[in-house]
Amino acid sequence: MSEIAEKVKAIIIDKLGVEASEVTTDASFTNDLGADSLDTVELIMEFEKEFNVSIPDDQAENIATVGQAVSYLEEHAK
Amino acid sequence: MSLRRVVVTGLGAITPLGKTVAEFWDGLSRGVSGAAPITRFDASKFKTRFACEVKNYNPDDYFPTKEGRKMDLFTQFAVIASDEAIRDANLEGVNKDRVGVIWGSGIGGLKTFQDECFNFAKGDGTPRYNPFFIPKMIADSSSGNISIKNGFRGPNFVTTSACASSSDAIVAAYNYIRLGMADVAVTGGSEAAITEAGVGGFNALKAMSERNDDPQSGSRPYDKDRDGFVLGEGSGALVIEDYEHAKARGARIYAEIIGGGLSSDAYHITAPDPTGEGVVLVMQNALRDAGISPEEVDYINTHGTSTPLGDGAEIKAIQKVFGEHAYNLNISSTKSMTGHLLGGAGGIEALASILAIQHGIVPPTINHFTDDPELDARLNFTFNEAQKREVTVAMSNTFGFGGHNTSVVFRKLRD
Repeated sequence: MSEIAEKVKAIIIDKLGVEASEVTTDASFTNDLGADSLDTVELIMEFEKEFNVSIPDDQAENIATVGQAVSYLEEHAK
Repeated sequence: MSLRRVVVTGLGAITPLGKTVAEFWDGLSRGVSGAAPITRFDASKFKTRFACEVKNYNPDDYFPTKEGRKMDLFTQFAVIASDEAIRDANLEGVNKDRVGVIWGSGIGGLKTFQDECFNFAKGDGTPRYNPFFIPKMIADSSSGNISIKNGFRGPNFVTTSACASSSDAIVAAYNYIRLGMADVAVTGGSEAAITEAGVGGFNALKAMSERNDDPQSGSRPYDKDRDGFVLGEGSGALVIEDYEHAKARGARIYAEIIGGGLSSDAYHITAPDPTGEGVVLVMQNALRDAGISPEEVDYINTHGTSTPLGDGAEIKAIQKVFGEHAYNLNISSTKSMTGHLLGGAGGIEALASILAIQHGIVPPTINHFTDDPELDARLNFTFNEAQKREVTVAMSNTFGFGGHNTSVVFRKLRD
């Protein structure tokens, strides 16, 4: 697992209070990890802070799973 | 229309004296001070460096980490105290559409607000406000969270009138039930303002004791050398309900709420009116609403914050309202032990009044060292030690910045 993926996973575990084993590549924040709409906004903010990126709202809407977050950040992280 | 009778059927507390009603009452009746050096932040540069914190508090003892993070401390206290009161009242099977939550908080999520502002100020101007910032900060997140957790769908709101907030919540809840708009209400209040902004702000008003060398004697209402209030935090919760509803389900009844009085000083935004006229009015209003004579009151749990001006004005007002009977009253300020919970004060002081009725014990005004020559020494301030007394009627007074005055009258249940 890449360093980015490790960090993403750690943020999700911390913010959503879930077990590491639940944070699989295909896991959906809302359907599988118990996030509501505000949790999702908070996750995106944490990714922005951690990776020093700005994720526009229209792109943030497409980040719904762990895998989608990792690939977006691998592409855009500075 | 005839108004319904309203009784108290559940109590809950998390306070500087203990984290349950039993611990709270144990501290009150033994005359324990809840004051100690501030641990919530580095107060070394502040004029006041002590407060009455809830001791050994860890949110993880009460909430899954993820849930706790979404609540400001004042809401955590609200949920913890109301949980105890709801369990105590045993509301299983009650129609939840008829259960309201009417809560009091003077400030709301002060720490949440200051921390988000600090965080923005530290950055480069890019707004990175947390999506939970607003829902954590707003004062009504307390009543909102209590109703969400329990599924209570009756009237739901928060009253804000500074240090009278939770007494106003109790009176509002009492009114809604006696008018038939709800059968049961969770009421009371909470506050958590021991933060840099809270302590700094009240210090700037010169309202707080600066007795840093002896925190436990900082709160000394009616003592000649009192020098301001001691900031407290926590929550007191009550379940109150329609008397017939309580009887029908066989609920244990602590006391009846027989009256609520409200008034305003219309004088100054922080200073109490030295003539005490607004305070005279609020006690008269409460007695009239209760339909009792002044002579029927046994105990007054005073606002008595330990400020030089406020304490004297309230006592003069009591003497004006009660006349000769003032000398028969037990008067005490439990803030001498708990500190001042601001918007949460009316909640825990309602509990102190009800528990005095239940146990036949008046909790003391501790930290009395020197008589104040301005105060009538013939009055019984219940100094330093609790006193046994059959309490049939107790009055709880709270007054808030803005000139808000509220009195609630409780009576031992009779048919």
